[in-house]
Amino acid sequence: MLAFAIRRFGQSLFVLVVMAFLVFLGVYAIGNPIELLVNPQADEIERVRATAALGLDKPFVGQFATFLARAASGDLGRSFVYNIPAIQLILDKLPATLELALAATVIAVAVGIPLGLIAGLRPHSFVGRAIMAGSILGFSLPTFWVGLVLIMVFSVQLGWLPPNGRGETVLLLGIPVSFLTWDGLRHLAMPALNLALFKLSLLVRLTRASTREAALQDYVKFARAKGLAPRRVIGVHILKNILIPIVTVIGLELGSVIAFAIVTESIFAWPGTGKLLIDSINQLDRPVIVAYLLVIVTLFIAINFVVDVLYSLLDPRVRLGGAAAAH
Amino acid sequence: MHEATTTSAPEAAQKPALAAVSPWRRFAAEFAESRLALAGLFLLGAIVVVALAAPFISPQNPYDLAQLDVLDSKLAPGERSSTTGQPYWLGTDDQGRDMLSGIFYGLRISLSVGVASTVIALTIGLVLGMAAAYFGGWVDAVIMRIADIQLSFPAILIALVLLAVLGQGVGKIIAALVTVQWAYYARTVRSSALVERQKEYVEAAKVLALSQARIVFRHLLPNCLPPLIVVATVQVAHAILLESTLSFLGLGLPITNGFQCLLSGKYWISFYPGLALFLSILAINLVADQLRDIMNPRLKK
Repeated sequence: MLAFAIRRFGQSLFVLVVMAFLVFLGVYAIGNPIELLVNPQADEIERVRATAALGLDKPFVGQFATFLARAASGDLGRSFVYNIPAIQLILDKLPATLELALAATVIAVAVGIPLGLIAGLRPHSFVGRAIMAGSILGFSLPTFWVGLVLIMVFSVQLGWLPPNGRGETVLLLGIPVSFLTWDGLRHLAMPALNLALFKLSLLVRLTRASTREAALQDYVKFARAKGLAPRRVIGVHILKNILIPIVTVIGLELGSVIAFAIVTESIFAWPGTGKLLIDSINQLDRPVIVAYLLVIVTLFIAINFVVDVLYSLLDPRVRLGGAAAAH
Repeated sequence: MHEATTTSAPEAAQKPALAAVSPWRRFAAEFAESRLALAGLFLLGAIVVVALAAPFISPQNPYDLAQLDVLDSKLAPGERSSTTGQPYWLGTDDQGRDMLSGIFYGLRISLSVGVASTVIALTIGLVLGMAAAYFGGWVDAVIMRIADIQLSFPAILIALVLLAVLGQGVGKIIAALVTVQWAYYARTVRSSALVERQKEYVEAAKVLALSQARIVFRHLLPNCLPPLIVVATVQVAHAILLESTLSFLGLGLPITNGFQCLLSGKYWISFYPGLALFLSILAINLVADQLRDIMNPRLKK
């Protein structure tokens, strides 16, 4: 077990360094920030001074080396626009994004798994078909459009919910959160629902497919033949067995939810990292883009690592089979 | 087994059918079992026709500035043009563009970007996946490891960064979509090729001393296609969705930004284009769903 975890950890570190290089390489190619940051009327001396102050005059390899050395100590450069450390900017906005992503995941799990279970147990019934049709709808609706329609209906027409911002926050363990105040909850409702929709549909389908397959297995037939109550067969025999892939997918999809929050945050002006990323791309604020990507990549790699290790704990076949990167 | 898995392979129709019903006909009959899927197919057909015929059926060419009239900007659906008296069925945007024409032309772009990126990604994925399965060893390890790493990051993030680097334009957005999609195909092809490779018909072909290329392309490839077709259908929908999302974020193709108009109560500028997009994706997903059910032998009784 330990050998598996260590090998997997080594892989994670390798991927992180590769990603750091790719991110830096990619972002290095984006335009020249000097053009944007220095007053167009500034003379050549002024420009050279600003370039040197931002470290943009050094050769590419030199910039990357400096960047790696600094990144290892948690320094990812200063934002060109806000002139504060980029990492601090990201970390300030991260709680908002994580809160949104977790709220969306909770909605997706709480609604998606029960619906998927019903659809999987009665695949040919009206309810089963209706749930599947609903999940196709959820898959096909463009997230940004749903967000716009939600604002249109609930904020503009009905005036029930606020269209943007986080609302009132309170500190929970030193982190500002919205979901503990009524005002914050009202602000959180639409973005969380918007972000949850796609994952909810995914969970419905995944749960349904797993349930359908599990329901045909011999152990389920045997449990039925023993005369166990349907509730017990479903709750213990089926649910327990389908939970392994479902938990894995929820874990892995958490990263994707955080990434998709970029769209939702842009629509609802949710003050998280996604909105910051889009703003930074538009302003060519290179250190912030790099810092965002590195924080997110680290987060993903950490999530993948934890899920893989958990998976191998839950299901010994993975570990014994030697499939290191099981998904 | 051979018979069961080749229902959609090109050769299947030409070979003498073992059963009385040809595989194509059986395939069509199975597809038609779901009325929802049939509805999706018709909707998709209609959308494709509209997209292809856009220049002929649109009341206006939204890219021709000479046809736009600033006085007609932000008209509500059904209002008539102040100069020509011609009605705007879905209203106009802030530059006086007819929304209906805009949607027709927009579908054209969305569908062609979706199909083009899927075809290119499919070809790349097919070649790499086949190579990984056929050669195995380090070729397999390198290709699949890259695919694994890439698939562990959300498509939207990769595409966003690529577009931020590459800039805007149709070619660039296709490049970004291909980059995020090839791995799905490579993985699908590899896994089905690994299974198919073990089967008797491949051994039989080897015994006949057929060339490697012939075995790979004429025997192995057609039998790996069914799962690939399912993935490709789903991916066209994904590509269209991703393209529109990136465009919404201001990184893809320039679109009418309905966001500002929304809060002023001019809902049609963002509502109808999104509806058209939704219907296209829905149609493709309905078709893809039924294809998946037909081609999944595990659900057959």
